[in-house]
Amino acid sequence: MTDFPPPMGLILEVTHRCPLQCPYCSNPLELERANAELDTASWLHVLDQAAEIGILQVHFTGGEPLSRRDIVDLVAHAGARGLYTNIITSGVTLDDKMMAILMRAGVDHIQLSFQDVDPAENDFFGGSPGAFAKKRAAAERIRNAGLPLTLNFVIHRGNADRVPQMIAMAEDLQADRTEIAHVQYYGWGLRNRNALLPTRAQLEASTETVEQARIRLSGHMVIDYVVPDYHAARPKACMGGWARRFINISPSGQAMPCHAAETLPGFTFPSVKETSLMDIWQHADAFKKFRGTAWMPEPCASCDRREIDWGGCRCQAFALLNDMNATDPACELSPHHHVMQDAVTESEHSSGTYVFRRMAKVEA
Amino acid sequence: MSAVPRLSAGHKLRFDQVRNAWVLLGPERLFMPDEPAVEILKLVDGRRTTEAIAQDLAARFDAPLEIIQGDVDTMLADLAARGAIKL
Repeated sequence: MTDFPPPMGLILEVTHRCPLQCPYCSNPLELERANAELDTASWLHVLDQAAEIGILQVHFTGGEPLSRRDIVDLVAHAGARGLYTNIITSGVTLDDKMMAILMRAGVDHIQLSFQDVDPAENDFFGGSPGAFAKKRAAAERIRNAGLPLTLNFVIHRGNADRVPQMIAMAEDLQADRTEIAHVQYYGWGLRNRNALLPTRAQLEASTETVEQARIRLSGHMVIDYVVPDYHAARPKACMGGWARRFINISPSGQAMPCHAAETLPGFTFPSVKETSLMDIWQHADAFKKFRGTAWMPEPCASCDRREIDWGGCRCQAFALLNDMNATDPACELSPHHHVMQDAVTESEHSSGTYVFRRMAKVEA
Repeated sequence: MSAVPRLSAGHKLRFDQVRNAWVLLGPERLFMPDEPAVEILKLVDGRRTTEAIAQDLAARFDAPLEIIQGDVDTMLADLAARGAIKL
């Protein structure tokens, strides 16, 4: 049997620790603790293997990746092996000193998140007073260091009406790229769905804003736009298809096709402490389970979009239908598509209080 | 006056030994350029003009300059619109 083509990207959730507490966080509800995290040598070994098997880009994320004391060593090592290095950060600890050592380590790109363009709302949402000012300063540092600047805004009911101001702020900061990404409803985001889901009118307004800005800013700023599945007619190709492009590794070293996959029942995800990346990619049952089209039920199996959306998202099918083998209910061809509208209707009648992300209390 | 194209900040053209192919890497995306695009991108160095790039390729591949110039301009304009090239 021919080997499956190598993965393009490696997503390293180096820690679940984070100074922010955003209620839309896509981390699992049960966060991994610091003492469970892989040590430096194990991450370096993962990076060596990544370069050998053809991975091209490494995305350091979390939690807050800058919470790891050894993050600079990991970035430098990845760069030395020819890997393109990307740090996905909240920016609140990206001070002058951290910026200088990241530049010395040769970081290629930093994605900086904002919770809102309104400072008070931003700080409320992240649960961190003063965060907005630190983020603005971090954006200037990234810019002044000569790196490309990507701003990320996660969109939900509470801030969707300010998408025009977000894009204006990105222009003001001379961002090269802006992500206007509606919340994806996994982990804490799913937990807070009733408070976060935008109305259809909000979604349509944000889409219109992005489309107009893209035309106006063509050649100056790229805008990546991610919509929520709940108002969609067809599902997204989650992760570019199950185990087609990415390997995601949790803080403790669990390798998964996506960061939410551990919510699925009956899986044994291999650990990078015991299994090589190549072996995981080519042979792990968890990676082969939903790869390609052979697993698909109808209406997916005979659908002419089966190699476009790759069946959508397994985690969403499980979270909403309790059946990870089912057609993603985001698809209007799913017999259960109504659950999406039901969720929208339910959210419209909810009070809108958030449960902020936090580590579970340790039992004494 | 003709444009001097350069790769946008954070973009790198490199050869991938595993795929035996050139790849253009950028912020959270990558391009797998076809062979003609690779030949153009190798000449994008922030000094050559689009005319100089076309002349170089026309001479090396013994092809009509007008056609090559059209291909070069189209390819670079496309990558510029996608933010990977500054013209």
